[in-house]
Amino acid sequence: MLVIPTMAELLQQVCNGLLLGSLFALVAVGYTMVYGILRLINFAHCDIFMMAMYIAFFIVAPDSRWWFIGFIIVIAITAILGMGVEKIAYTPLRKQNAPKISMLISAIGMSYLLENLATVLFTGKPKTFPQIELLVGMIEIGPIRLQRLALVVPIVTFLLMVILLTLINKTKAGMAMRAVSKDLETAKLMGINVNSTISFTFAVGSAIAGVGAILWGLKYPQISPLVGVMPGLKCFVAAVIGGIGNIKGAVLGGLILGFVEIMAVAFFPSISAYKDIFSFAILIIILLFRPNGIIGEKIAEKV
Amino acid sequence: MEKKKRNLILSVVSILVLIGFIIWAEECTKAFGVYNQRIFKTCCIYAICALSMNMVNGYTGLFSLGQPGFMAIGAYVTAFLTVTPSDKIAIYKIVPISEGLANLNAPFFIALIIGGLVAAFFAFLIGFPVLSLKGDYLAIATLGFSEIIRIFITNAQGLTNGPTGINRIPNDFMNLYVLCGILALVVIFILSMMKTSYGRALLAIREDEVAAQAMGINLFKHKMLAFIISGFLAGIGGGLLASLVGAIDPNQFKFTVAYDILLMVVLGGQGSVSGCIAGAFIVRIALEKLRFLDEPINFGIFEYPGIGGMRMVVFSILLMLVIIKWRKGIFGNEEFSWDKVFNFFSKFKKAPKKEVEK
Repeated sequence: MLVIPTMAELLQQVCNGLLLGSLFALVAVGYTMVYGILRLINFAHCDIFMMAMYIAFFIVAPDSRWWFIGFIIVIAITAILGMGVEKIAYTPLRKQNAPKISMLISAIGMSYLLENLATVLFTGKPKTFPQIELLVGMIEIGPIRLQRLALVVPIVTFLLMVILLTLINKTKAGMAMRAVSKDLETAKLMGINVNSTISFTFAVGSAIAGVGAILWGLKYPQISPLVGVMPGLKCFVAAVIGGIGNIKGAVLGGLILGFVEIMAVAFFPSISAYKDIFSFAILIIILLFRPNGIIGEKIAEKV
Repeated sequence: MEKKKRNLILSVVSILVLIGFIIWAEECTKAFGVYNQRIFKTCCIYAICALSMNMVNGYTGLFSLGQPGFMAIGAYVTAFLTVTPSDKIAIYKIVPISEGLANLNAPFFIALIIGGLVAAFFAFLIGFPVLSLKGDYLAIATLGFSEIIRIFITNAQGLTNGPTGINRIPNDFMNLYVLCGILALVVIFILSMMKTSYGRALLAIREDEVAAQAMGINLFKHKMLAFIISGFLAGIGGGLLASLVGAIDPNQFKFTVAYDILLMVVLGGQGSVSGCIAGAFIVRIALEKLRFLDEPINFGIFEYPGIGGMRMVVFSILLMLVIIKWRKGIFGNEEFSWDKVFNFFSKFKKAPKKEVEK
């Protein structure tokens, strides 16, 4: 059963784990930001991720020389899409003080809408994500052979996290976000524009999902309308493992999940068909010992 | 007193009309149509699944998304026990089935109940670790378990025939009498259970966990009870679905099924039996009747080419509009009553002008 890999293989797997973990982290951050501010599982997030892949396909595939500018446009459009989703599906319910479960149903409706809109607009036939040679080419470092992505993705993730944490902890917009997440009503009384703060949160979360989608597409180049569902669930699991609502937690959860998945297959290749079980098993084990995730704060119960 | 009498008469009449309709739908296949009959049957099964989810989400106020896993267990157990041994040997091609397992066989109703019991047992096992979790953490943990069950079924080839699934499931009992009968039994069971102290304890937990605990209600025991009943009902629903469809594979029980059922429950009204049944019927009928959007329509002036997937686009837009309009679901968390129907109509009579909010 147990296969002990050589040192070189182990290093290779560590790099793969870091790559997959960083990809999970990027999408998990979007879930966690929305949850942090609205206490809502944004089921449509995985479909925003899918849409970003399609947008990237249509913008970058015809002429991939200008891929860098193309990707920036993709990220901007994804951010707008995220704000649009919030305006259509959540704002009307939020204004009526609707119960959380109705917002959840609205989120599910939005998710179905995006998935099937993609089917209608782009057909169900899978498309191939444009391959940028500079990013997907192979490099050799000593005994290990890697895609350049394996270096690019963790660096991009790390930089984005630093930017995001600075944004949240050091700027005025970030302070507004923290205030709204702590207490929406009081924040409103303090003169914070709650609507624009929430829109901004969705925009940032979706933009990061856009980055995640581009990098994901470079690594796993097949796009179809349901491509977001499984990564979406895994990334949500990652966000929960870390403690949902907490950005550092989402990154930590993503990395843990990526490593577990890669290492499980590396050490036990005979049960690789069960690899998806590991992600859920680790979720349940962690929740048993830390019911609010690894670094999630305990929600105080009001009596 | 008069109102009571009126309501009783109305209830009896409407139940008789309903029974008459079921008999007509079952016997006059030509007039009702095989397709409509099938939609009706699917509605009944999904109503059972919605009631199962309502047990936990609506009455106890827990947010669980584990239904697909329990449905899968019920479906597989029922399928496994009802497929004849010779068929089983023919179906299991990749990994042949062992002789002993192939010979396991049971009549449909016993198989269905065994399926429900096995699902309930799994609910019991899963309940231990997860029921102490709160809110969305519980939802994702139950969803995780449901996916674990599905992945296990996909890979346990000698037992479940893996990704190919089981087919040739006999559907001798899949008529409307059986399905509506089981649905009625489930409804009677739930309604009478909600009148006992157990049922009231569940409602107390939903309203305020801490206060319920202070009143001496054992939280874990009652949550577990609701979870087990929910698992049992989901298992029954899954078994019926397997028998109706005739072929099952693990992908029919993906975690997205939980979203579909949640949709029915919330749309109808959480914590309301009549709401759940209405929700299940509305969602299933809407999904089927919107199929015309996927096919070409000739309007005379121009021709609509029929776009695959259009049905779901329209369905999801309708869904969002409905949930924005009735944010507590169609029935809220109350049951159907004749008084409300009369009040509803008298409101129109007295105040034809639309009420202006705020």
